[in-house]
Amino acid sequence: MSLYVEVIKNRNGKSEPEYFTINMGPHHPSTHGVLRLVLELDGETIVKCDPRIGYLHRGVEKLAEHLNYNQTIVLSDRLDYIASAANNIVFCLAFEKLLGITPPRRARLIRTIVGEMARISSHLLWLATHALDIGAMTVYLYCFRDREWLLSIFEKVCGARLTHSYVRVGGVRLDFTQEIIDELRRFTEEFPKRILDYETLIDVNRIWLKRTRDVAVVDAETAINLGLTGPVLRGSGVPYDVRKFRPYDAYDEVEFEVPVGERGDTYDRYKVRMKELRQSNWIIKQCLDKLKEVEGEPVLAEGAPDLLLPSRVREPEPKPHPKKGFIFTGKELPVVPPGEAFASIESPKGELAVYVISDGGPNPWRLRIRTPSFVHISAIPELAKGHMIADLVAIIGTLDVVLGDCDR
Amino acid sequence: MGLLEIAMDLITELREKFPKVVLEVLEKDVLTIVCRREGSLELISYLKEKGFKHLIDLCGADYQGYKSEKKPERFEVVYHLYNLDEKKLIRVKVPIPENDAWQYSVTSLWKTANWFERECYDMFGIAFRGHPDLRRLLMPEDWEGYPLRKDYPLFLTEENEWKGYKEFLASIRGVK
Amino acid sequence: MGIEGTVKVGEDIRQIPGTPVFITPLDKLFNWARAGSLWPLTFGLACCAIEMMATAASHFDLDRFGIIFRASPRQADVIIIAGTVTKKMAPMVRRVYDQMPEPKYVIAMGSCACSGGIFRTYSVVQGADEFLPVDVYIPGCPPRPEALIYGLVQLQEKIKKESGRWGFWR
Repeated sequence: MSLYVEVIKNRNGKSEPEYFTINMGPHHPSTHGVLRLVLELDGETIVKCDPRIGYLHRGVEKLAEHLNYNQTIVLSDRLDYIASAANNIVFCLAFEKLLGITPPRRARLIRTIVGEMARISSHLLWLATHALDIGAMTVYLYCFRDREWLLSIFEKVCGARLTHSYVRVGGVRLDFTQEIIDELRRFTEEFPKRILDYETLIDVNRIWLKRTRDVAVVDAETAINLGLTGPVLRGSGVPYDVRKFRPYDAYDEVEFEVPVGERGDTYDRYKVRMKELRQSNWIIKQCLDKLKEVEGEPVLAEGAPDLLLPSRVREPEPKPHPKKGFIFTGKELPVVPPGEAFASIESPKGELAVYVISDGGPNPWRLRIRTPSFVHISAIPELAKGHMIADLVAIIGTLDVVLGDCDR
Repeated sequence: MGLLEIAMDLITELREKFPKVVLEVLEKDVLTIVCRREGSLELISYLKEKGFKHLIDLCGADYQGYKSEKKPERFEVVYHLYNLDEKKLIRVKVPIPENDAWQYSVTSLWKTANWFERECYDMFGIAFRGHPDLRRLLMPEDWEGYPLRKDYPLFLTEENEWKGYKEFLASIRGVK
Repeated sequence: MGIEGTVKVGEDIRQIPGTPVFITPLDKLFNWARAGSLWPLTFGLACCAIEMMATAASHFDLDRFGIIFRASPRQADVIIIAGTVTKKMAPMVRRVYDQMPEPKYVIAMGSCACSGGIFRTYSVVQGADEFLPVDVYIPGCPPRPEALIYGLVQLQEKIKKESGRWGFWR
């Protein structure tokens, strides 16, 4: 027993150790959001950790039962707000399964490009905050410089930097212009040099190695049992990537590798994500080449719900109205046949899945969102046993949690 | 080839081993097994031994007022299991009656089910027998009511506001 | 000597010629100091926090306004509530606000902090002004970094118009 643990004799005559309980958060100078951890410490070492979440619970699942299908896409942006395109894609995949429509090939290629741009943007922000927490402040400024470039491309594509409701049921909202394609090509040429910039800073840095090697080692069996997915699982040696196992959009047409780590510690997960940045860059290049083959195709499928009046079938001729001049009217029809659908994608954080039950009405009956951050935070007690508080910051960073994703 | 033919041997095995548990096997977008609450734990652990090691999701659903199909019970607990070696996805649904809302817990099989079941309890009120630490997860501990049920309002008015928030506002107004 | 011997250097500022002595009302001096070095508290809750971080990074620099983000409420002047405030989180926000020393200001950034945003549900507080006195509201979902800079500049203008807020009357 260490020096810092007092041994208390309780009434039964048995002695049990009394640890020091400390509260970390929900407001703490870490950029991951409002996460509260109740830690029991033996000196500086963590014995037990109890995460308390719910400080950002906005009731998205309940709110979705009162909104149209196209309106829930707007809600989905705010879940994992760093890579909003990924959230939009999974919602649209589930709704398209319910409706039974497939988006055209051009739309699928554009969705892949936007999904990979979201992945690069999310990994850049992960690297920025993870390095900032560990102490490397320069990486934060470098990563944000490149992220600004990506966000300006997003702005040209759909008008918003962060919460783009760009991917819609049946395809995407607007087509890519030639200017966007040129800008993306320039980005894919320039980006590998930037990745080399970041790696030169921290890859073999003694401090980085000391703080990330052998921290939170997870072996493959425990990782699957804990429900970890995404780069966290791949760092432990399991090559599970939803893009390869259950391909969606245009992922069966492009070639890419799935990087896998060996030891399952924080450093391996860092290397996995850096390699994923290069793979995403390559995927965007391939998709841009394939876009030339499908010039001029529509980007929204035939039976897609009307973007403006999604729960009605619009009558083609407007009717005169005494005050407004003329209005479009329609009959209230069930847009989506009753049934249920399950769709999952490889979001930058892990496996993001949506299970939707429909009643035949204009709103979803039950919308269940399985987010990777929820599962990863539930794994923190298991991973943090025996580590010190400074390592806990590195662990939260390597699991790449976003509280909007976890609390919904 | 539909999903049912591909998984025919799996379904015949399940029907032999658990004759009274399996209620029906459906083919929706994913192979779905609806099974009874008694024996659901054995069915799911048998599926885990067969290779469905990855528990993707565990959630609840409330069917009060569901018009398009006649559902036997009000609640349902839905499990999504995935086989990493053979790349198969399976869905298991367990109907739960309204006045007897509990289900067996699978935390002995997967550690990740701990938080999924806590959230299901928090949102629907379905208790899980065998869960080590069943308390509210997303809502504050003294919240009353189960938010995702269909008879819970979306927006709380003054009268049915959470008393913790009312006390907080009262303490501020006193100070202000 | 009287006021005729002094030279007007700027609005309300006079200088005794040939010496580094300036005569100005105390209000102006304190307001200039406070507006020129606003130190916000990092209180990012949700998506708007990402835009706040982007504003503090190198592309839309905030350091050139004298704005340095501080982690501790005891060392901060202004709290930027960026993101949705839920009923579970509201007492913590209030506690952190109470720990800040006077004079303190509040900026509500984003639609969720201004009025609840798109989340009209059972667990979201409809606007931070239900329990905090807000000085500047910045709408947007999320507001662009330029909008945040505009909001901070508006707060600086508001501070420069204050009077009597020093000493005992903070």
